[in-house]
Formats: sequence, structure tokens, C-alpha cells
Amino acid sequence: MTTTTRIERHHYDVVVIGAGGAGLRAAIEARLAGKKTAIISKSLFGKAHTVMAEGGAAAAMGNVNSRDNWQVHFRDTMRGGKFLNNFRMAELHAKESPQRIWELETYGALFDRTKDGKISQRNFGGHEYPRLAHVGDRTGLELIRTLQQKIVSLQQEDQREFGSYDARIRVFSETTITELLLDGDRVAGAFGYYRESGEFILFEAPAVVLATGGVGRSYKVTSNSWEYTGDGHALALRAGATLINMEFLQFHPTGMVWPPSVKGILVTESVRGDGGVLKNSEGKRFMFDYVPDVFRKQYAETEEEADRWYTDPDNNRRPPELLPRDEVARAINSEVKAGRGSPAGGVFLDIASRRSADEIRRRLPSMYHQFKELADVDITAEPMEVGPTCHYVMGGVEVDPDSGAAFGHVRGLFAAGEVSGGMHGSNRLGGNSLSDLLVFGKRAGGHAASYADGLTTRPKVAVHEVEAAVETALAPLQRDTGESPYTLQQDLQAVMGDLVGIIRREGELADALVRLAELRERVAKVSAAGGRRYNPGWHLALDLRNMLVVSECTAKAALERQESRGGHTREDYPAMEPKWRQVNLVCALDGDTVQLTRKPLPKMRPELIGLFDRAELAKYLTDEELADFDALVADAGEADNR
Amino acid sequence: MSAKRQFRIWRGDESGGDLQDYMVEVNEGEVVLDVIHRLQATDAPDLACRWNCKAGKCGSCSMEINGKPRLGCMTRMSTFGDDETVTVTPLRTFPVIRDLVTDVSFNYEKARETPAFAPPADVAPGDYRMQQVDVERSQEFRKCIECFLCQTVCHVIRDHEENKQAFSGPRYFIRAAELDMHPLDARTDRKEYAQAEQGLGFCNITKCCTEVCPEHIKITDNGIIPMKERVVDRRYDPLVWLGSKIFRRGETPQTSVTTARQGSATPGSARGGVHSHAGGSHDSRAEAQAQSGVNWHREVPHPTAPAVDDRGKLPLTELTFDRAAAPSPFGDDVTFPLPPEHLNFAHPEQDNKH
Repeated sequence: MTTTTRIERHHYDVVVIGAGGAGLRAAIEARLAGKKTAIISKSLFGKAHTVMAEGGAAAAMGNVNSRDNWQVHFRDTMRGGKFLNNFRMAELHAKESPQRIWELETYGALFDRTKDGKISQRNFGGHEYPRLAHVGDRTGLELIRTLQQKIVSLQQEDQREFGSYDARIRVFSETTITELLLDGDRVAGAFGYYRESGEFILFEAPAVVLATGGVGRSYKVTSNSWEYTGDGHALALRAGATLINMEFLQFHPTGMVWPPSVKGILVTESVRGDGGVLKNSEGKRFMFDYVPDVFRKQYAETEEEADRWYTDPDNNRRPPELLPRDEVARAINSEVKAGRGSPAGGVFLDIASRRSADEIRRRLPSMYHQFKELADVDITAEPMEVGPTCHYVMGGVEVDPDSGAAFGHVRGLFAAGEVSGGMHGSNRLGGNSLSDLLVFGKRAGGHAASYADGLTTRPKVAVHEVEAAVETALAPLQRDTGESPYTLQQDLQAVMGDLVGIIRREGELADALVRLAELRERVAKVSAAGGRRYNPGWHLALDLRNMLVVSECTAKAALERQESRGGHTREDYPAMEPKWRQVNLVCALDGDTVQLTRKPLPKMRPELIGLFDRAELAKYLTDEELADFDALVADAGEADNR
Repeated sequence: MSAKRQFRIWRGDESGGDLQDYMVEVNEGEVVLDVIHRLQATDAPDLACRWNCKAGKCGSCSMEINGKPRLGCMTRMSTFGDDETVTVTPLRTFPVIRDLVTDVSFNYEKARETPAFAPPADVAPGDYRMQQVDVERSQEFRKCIECFLCQTVCHVIRDHEENKQAFSGPRYFIRAAELDMHPLDARTDRKEYAQAEQGLGFCNITKCCTEVCPEHIKITDNGIIPMKERVVDRRYDPLVWLGSKIFRRGETPQTSVTTARQGSATPGSARGGVHSHAGGSHDSRAEAQAQSGVNWHREVPHPTAPAVDDRGKLPLTELTFDRAAAPSPFGDDVTFPLPPEHLNFAHPEQDNKH
């Protein structure tokens, strides 16, 4: 009892876990709805991983090509996700992202402009028209800073009205949540610790929004920061929610592989959008050999046509370097495996020989500076060595598309951004992430606020749950017999990178599950040296169990799905299988074991499926589904004739 | 290509600490942060250090490397000699929490005090129109990754805790400049705010902030100096000055830098005072400060609005005036040539001297 009475307690209406784009947007919405809102940030305020997004935010504003509209964006998103997306999320996303971007301008964002003063939009892989609102190649930073400054401006309003900046919205920086606390099946609060002091903190709140991002730290080569340990995924599982599509991980095709100081760091797709090409060790522009049939119509067949596209996109087809990320990643992987890779095990990305140094510096300023300063590589003078790096997890908390409320048997839990699943299907298009954060961040924040409004009684936090959470959190510090958390993390990364990586095989996946089970035993006994005050070893020890359970979900789902689609490639099942398109793999926690179930995908509404050509649908749908589609078209035809 | 290298890292907390020696493996192509991570995984698992992106984009891993404020992820090991000892210490300007982690909340407090973007009242979302050339000036400042290296290096607060209350630091001067240059920001008093509430006057343009900025933002040249210059322009309006010369002579000037923290951020023209950089000031303190050479952060009196009559004109006619001719626009008490010590002129080579 004494341990729990001294814990710092706070009462909020909505607690948002995560201070990236989705978390901040959710918090703004909850605060605008009048709710007392807390933002929990694992890092300092404004350092979230969102700053790493370079390309832009996709929104069909039609500023550069007026033929763009939400239907085209919707189509591109579904196509990119290989039709496994939750169609309703893709629809909401395509419809609402322009408003979310315009709204940012009212918060002070300064996007690059077109000649007529509108927001400029750039080309990106998988998008039919120039669609990405951007600021040079630091769009993520602009987004996070804008939202951060909007929160400050709301705090200034509260300061004027109530005399305190923190009256209605407060940021708890460098604070980690380790446990969600429930009252029956309702969220009652969240328990965690201040990283700085190691002191515990308890939030009592009826509604929690998860916006914790992804899981990349389970992989050796990753563009993700230390924060990406799958906290939200694991918190949701333990609270009784479900995860979907966990087998789909996006490996960004062009991460730096050399030198080590920049290993894993992304080379934005805009390098390819602005003329960069991929070459193997023989100097061959190899992407022309890897255009899959489903994309044959949209991509150039010759280098000449591809090169014309940069200046005349209306009359030429796109260069194959701009294929969706999974295709490019697989192509690079194949080249390297065939022995045509670069010395460090990647391929060459060459923009130096294709654009003038001035133009490269102007169009890709932070890319240029980043490599000049981090690695002493001059991208205007020499090609980069790039290869696939773990970048994004498509899978995540299974949510109601409209509200972001988690499925499973928990109420009051919401999720938005990378931690939620469904929106991107089996593969995310570049640029769809930033707009996803805004669209579903706003929705989750708003719905969390109205959920809190609708409660007649506030759920209560049970004392014994807090005691248990304290005990779990302190355990690694009190043991001195276990292994170092750093060793365990390296072992976990080796298992995931080697056995559940970009190309997967049944035997390896089964092996991975055995090893993960062994690791689970070892992680349960991890010990951390040192005290509670800003102790990174202890922090990692606590994150490990989250990484582990999420990795188990990924490995299990990857073993189950016997096909290749988007971010999931099985060497033993190389083809896409229409039957599997109808299935989501759902992970839930039973005790502490991961249970996998199959769940049918929701059926797309007629007016949405009607946006596609039959020829395109034929690549994805089963015969029965196609028959349904034909009947639909015939009905519509008759209706037109009447 | 790996070798053992000597590192000295400050370990401790607010109660004290010292530099500890480590021999650690360093591989080709690594940066200081890589080496710190290796230390955490081997000899010092509880070594506290902030980091996030390891790509120079988030500004978390600020530290002082061989005495210079830098980002750990952007300091290549190849920049040091093979047998050079690398000394890593926490940011000096902020209180230590543990090891290399400092309490940077000062910056977040200053951020909260800076008035936010004021959207134009009559422009709907989606209707914002701006030209690229006009947004570029602000965009330069929005590159800021908030690593706070400029804040830690700034000598106004680096060793002067007492200045922290009145001084926001370079990071927030460029925030003010960014908003001042924003084509659609509805507030018009960003410069005056910076002068009155952020302590812009303390800055004497040593450009240390520009030098350490990992984003290469020209903090001083493009942010601070234009803000200072335009504050001076406005204050040095000859008509304003003339009016005050004639009608408010001898009135006690008010200073701006030390105005109360609470209250309006707009030092209005209604406040009295005489301003002159050219020697006409009656503020003996300011005079004394001027004697000691170029001193940008001396306390500068507020400008005075001309005392106009109902028609908005100066109540001045030939008949009521006590001279036979037009007065000197510089004031009667100013004689030429001006005494050199009253000139606010910075010789280009002046900075090299100290």
C-alpha cells in the first residue's frame, strides 16, 4: 500500500500516449472539444519520430494537377495496399486529408508554394498525380513543429482564461507508459514513469488514445528511433484489444547501407521522384526488369520514355524507380542476392550523374546536408549505396474506421497513426502516413472526447493493479542475475532481421517462433544495472517485453499467411492469392500467449468498387467477387437505361 | 578498421560528478553517438544520453564534445586525430539531470511565452495564398530542430543564470523573426515584442549561435540583425524624435529591456521617453554604457510619439515657434562632428580583437 499512495496522480478526461503527429492532432481535437487532456511523450516535446518523414503529406488538393480528386487518391491507396486496406479508412483518408492540410496552414505551417501561391504538391511512388504537400525534404519536421506550436497557442489561451498554461492541455515529456489500467472492460487509467527521475506516475482517465508509432527497433537495420518498441501495440494487446495485419512490415527500399554512421537512414523517395535511378554493380538500371504485371500499364518500358516523364508526365509513363516501395525493396534484394550488389550489400542510387549539383542542392537540401555532414558523402558527386531498411509497420490496433475505437473487449481505448492497423492494407504509399496521422488523429481525439462525455460514471483504478504495475516496473532493477537488456535486444533483432525479415520462409518462421519463446524466458529475467534516475538500461529492459510480444505477433501472422502481398513476401508462396485478400489475421492475447484468428475483410461499398476497372480488379479479386462485381455493373447499367 | 580510442565522459548528477575515462572500440565511419551507444551496450549500461533519430533531424543528442556544443550524431570520429582523447560533457547552460542529460525546460518555458501564430481573420482554410519567395525567409527559421545548441552557447545565459529570466535566447529570436516575416501573420508587433519581452537587446551579435547551428540557419544575419535593425528604424523616426525633442525635453526616459514580464507585449508609442543613439540622450546610464564601446544590449529608452493636436498635426507654426528658422533636425544640443564614443558603429575587425 505504501508504494502506491506515494505515486503522483493526475486526473484527465483524455490521455494521449504518444506525441508524434497523430498524438498531437488527437490531443488538439480533445482539447478543442473542451476535455482536459494529457499528452505523454516518451522523448522531449517535439522530437517525435514524425520529424523523420521527408517526402510530404498526401492530399488530393489538385493544386498541381487539377484532375486529382479523392477518388483517385482512394484508388491509389487501395492499389498500393493490394486491396487489403480497410476501404472505409482509405475512403475517409482520401476525402479528409485536404482539409487537414489546409488546417495546418491556419496553425502557421509554411508549405512550399506553386506559382499561383497555393500549396505545392510533388510526385511520389504510387501516386498517380503530384499529391504530396511538402516543405523541401523536411515535411515531417514542419508538421510536428506546427502541431507543437498549435498546442502552445492553446495553452496560451488557457493561460489567459484560467491563469495556467496547463489548465486544459499538458505535455508530460520524457514519460513512458508501461501499463493501461482497466475497470472491468473499460479503460480507467495509465501507469508509467518519468524517465528523468524514475518516479512513477498514474493517470486516471476514462479515455486513452494510443499514438505510439511503430515497432522498428526489433530490427537490426531500421530507420526507426529507440522509441519504436511497439509500446502501443503491446499495451492494446494486454488491455484486451486486437491487432491486425501484423505480418506486413514496410522495408523502405532505399536506406543507406554505408557508412555505418548513417546505416538505416532513409534516402527519401523524392531522390527518385526528382530523377535519381537505381543501378547495380554492373551499372545497369535494373528496375525495368522488375515491373510486375499488375503495374505494367502505368510504367515506362524504356529508359527514354522514363526520362521524358520527369518533364512531360501527361504523355509518358512513369519510371519504374517509382514503383511502390515493396516492389523496389524486393528488386534490390534480388539484385544483391544475385551478386550484383554494391560492396556494402546494397545497390547504387545515382542522382549525381543525372542532375546538376545546384539543382540537387536546391531540390534536396536536407538530404544533401545530411549525407555531407553525417557521412562525408557528397550526393551531388557520387552515387549512394542503398538497401532495404525496416521503416514502417502496416499492422496495428484493429480499430473502428470512423472513430478509431479499438476492437476486442475493451472500451475507452482509441488508436491513431502507425500504431493502428487497416488503413494501409499490406503496403503503405509514401506520403500517406503524414496525412493518416492528421485524419485519424483528429478522429480518434474527437471520438475519445465524446466517449468521455457519454460516461455516466468514471471508471476506477484498482489499487492492486497499480501495485502489480509498480512491481513489474521495478523488477529488472531488483534482479542482478539476469542478462543485460542490450544483449537481449541484439538477439531479438538478430532473430527478427534474419528469420522474419524482408523475404520469409516457412522453416525460418517456425524457427523464429521457437527462438522468440526462448527469448521470452530470458526477457522475463532481464536485469538492469544502476538506479532509477534516467537509466537507459532500465528503460530498455521495460521496453523489451513489448518488443517481444509484438514480434511474436509478426512471426505468427507471417507464418500463417501463405502468399506474398505488399510488405509480406514468402519465398515459398511467391504469388498473390485472391483468397488471402479476403482475410485479415487478427492477434489477441490469451494470458500471455498470442492467439491468431482469421477474420473476413469488410466488403467494399458498390460506389467505391465501381471506381475501379474490371481488368484491375481481376488481379486481386476471387472469381466469386468478380461475378458480384459484374452483377453490380449490370444493375447499374440497367438503372442508367431506365 | 576498428581501434580502441580514449573517451572521457562526464558522469554524475546535480549533486556533482566527474569525467570518467573509457577505452572503447571505434570503427570506420562512426560518429560520437555510435561510440556512446557501444559504451551503453558494454561498460556503462546506465550512461544517460538523449537521442532519437541519429540522423541530425530531431536535435536530441546535444552535448559538448571537446568543449564545443554539438550533436553527437553529427560529429564524425574521423574529425579527431587518431590518438586524440574525446571529451564529452553535458550542455553547460542547463542544469544537469544525469550524465549527458540536462534539464532543458528553460527552452520550453520561453517557447510558451512567445505569442503563437495569429491566423488572418478573414482568410478561410484552403484560401491561404503566398508566394514561394515570401515564405522562404520564414522557412529558413522553421528548419530549426530545437537542439538548443544556440541556447547553450549564448554567453548571455551560458554563465549568467541571472539573465535567464529576461532573455529568451537565439532559438526564440528566430521564432519571433519567423512570425514577423510570415506573409499572413496577423500580429504586427513581433519586433517590439522581441525587444521588450524576449531581451533581444542583450544580444551583442557575437554570432556564436550561428556558428554552432547544425541546420546552418543564419540566426544572427537573417534573424537577429533584421529584427534589431527594424526596431531601431522605428525608434529612430526623425519626426518622432523631433517632437520629443521639442515638447518632452527633460522627461525621464523609460527603458524597455527590463519592463515587467507581465502585461502588454506592446511598448506603445504612448509611453514617454527620448531616444537617441547619436548623443542626444539624457539618460546618463545609457551614456555611460555608450562610453564603453559598442554595446548593443544597453538599455534603450522608448520612443515618444509626437504630441499632436486634435487634427493630428504638430501644434507648430512660425508664429508660435521661438526661433527665427527651422530647428536642426538633430536637436539643438547636438554638435558636429559627433563625439566618436557616441557612435554605434561596429568596426568589421572589432570581433577579431577579442
